[in-house]
Amino acid sequence: MSDKSASAYWAANIRLITICLVIWALVSFGFGIILRPLLSGIPVGGTDLGFWFAQQGSILTFLVLIFFYAARMNKIDREFGVDEQ
Amino acid sequence: MDQFTLNLIVVGLSFALYIGIAIWARAGSTSEFYAANRGVHPVLNGMATAADWMSAASFISMAGIIAFVGYDNSTYLMGWTGGYVLLALLLAPYLRKFGRFTVPDFIGDRFYSQTARIVAVIALFRHLDHLCDRSDGWRRCRLLALPEVSSSTGLWIAAAVVFVYAVLGGMKGITYTQVAQYCVLIVAYTIPAIFISLQLTGSFLPQIGLFSADASGTPAADAPGWSADRPGLPVVYRTPFEHLDMVLFTMALMIGTAGLPHVIIRFFTVPKVSDARASAGWALVFIALLYTVAPAVGAMARLNIINTIYPNGVDGTPLAYADQPAWMTNWEKHRPAGVRGQERRRSDPVLQRHRCDGRHGCRARLERQRDDHLQPGHPGAGEPGNRGSARLGDRADRGRWSGSGPVHGGRPVAGDLVGGVA
Repeated sequence: MSDKSASAYWAANIRLITICLVIWALVSFGFGIILRPLLSGIPVGGTDLGFWFAQQGSILTFLVLIFFYAARMNKIDREFGVDEQ
Repeated sequence: MDQFTLNLIVVGLSFALYIGIAIWARAGSTSEFYAANRGVHPVLNGMATAADWMSAASFISMAGIIAFVGYDNSTYLMGWTGGYVLLALLLAPYLRKFGRFTVPDFIGDRFYSQTARIVAVIALFRHLDHLCDRSDGWRRCRLLALPEVSSSTGLWIAAAVVFVYAVLGGMKGITYTQVAQYCVLIVAYTIPAIFISLQLTGSFLPQIGLFSADASGTPAADAPGWSADRPGLPVVYRTPFEHLDMVLFTMALMIGTAGLPHVIIRFFTVPKVSDARASAGWALVFIALLYTVAPAVGAMARLNIINTIYPNGVDGTPLAYADQPAWMTNWEKHRPAGVRGQERRRSDPVLQRHRCDGRHGCRARLERQRDDHLQPGHPGAGEPGNRGSARLGDRADRGRWSGSGPVHGGRPVAGDLVGGVA
């Protein structure tokens, strides 16, 4: 891999990780804890959406995030020809 | 056949299964011993990671502490699962890409330093206490059915079984043994949860049951004082930045989870880097199976106990202390050494009221304190949210931003009224 494509590969990698980590922080620290009052108007089964995020929503989002990251990373690997096939 | 023999047979069979797997998968080479020949399927590796990582804290204690503390202990749920995102994005694929067998190997090569490698090995010794802790957890999880076995004997049995399957099978043996352990433990955990949920809310999935109404119309998540934001906590925990403590605690759990050596080495066993990424996701799938059930178990237990103690609602007259269910009295009498019983209730205002109401003149004191608090000259009277009648069952308070922890003079009203009188 040339230097140019190596740095492009790394940039794509960093961009993907940044997006995922922003969502990771938003659903747990954000919706689950700090932003809970903002979501208090949305009722979920006797309590509010912030509570749901703290108990279940964040875990489900983490799951989606990891599989999304894995799939996108495989695609980036293939585009730059660094996959292990 | 008596209960002890039956328990012995079941526990013995599970041990025989673990050791049988180790003999079947015994390691023949270095690569097999350390990295299972890099031939473990990512889904199986995820399952083994889940079993390896979830210990007594997850299987036994977590539902309890969540039942007890409620919303604030969502930190455990988010923290211990959020760490897998960090692991999948920042650690696992890179360590696997490097292609070594152990973390000290990686550190030594990465920093071109034999010293760094030795320091990394020494750092692992720090985990010896963790090892003891985990042996104890392993004993608690697997030998719980045999209370006749003393804890020190149990520890030796646990250490012996783990030693046999770890030395014989290496990483390959450990992996498949853990897959079997995961299956045993998740079945044991979720089956009761499913039936509790079915009975209490009519919902098959505990995850849905948590937010569905029971026969009296209260959703489990709405068990008095449960989903509210830190009922009755002293003001010191809520300043200077409200919930900074929760954020930092959650982050500490996340970073800690991502750095666990016994979890990191699991990612050396999969065939490819892309498998390491997927494997972290599968680990979280299997962990989430338990982690979304645990709060439901906790909430339903809390709702059940409160419905039992307060047949007329939390504002009504509680069950007389003498009429409480037999298991509560039994627990108080026979609880194992080191496990706190009645005095633990002191930190739970709702349960504490049951203990003190009608005894030692507590009710009169409660009312006097409440009346004092309503006096115009009383410090804190008339502050927003500072209502003298603050109760955990107060629906208007529920779920609000620190709504049910009104504070005066640095102490919580809820605590003054109900928790602080015993």
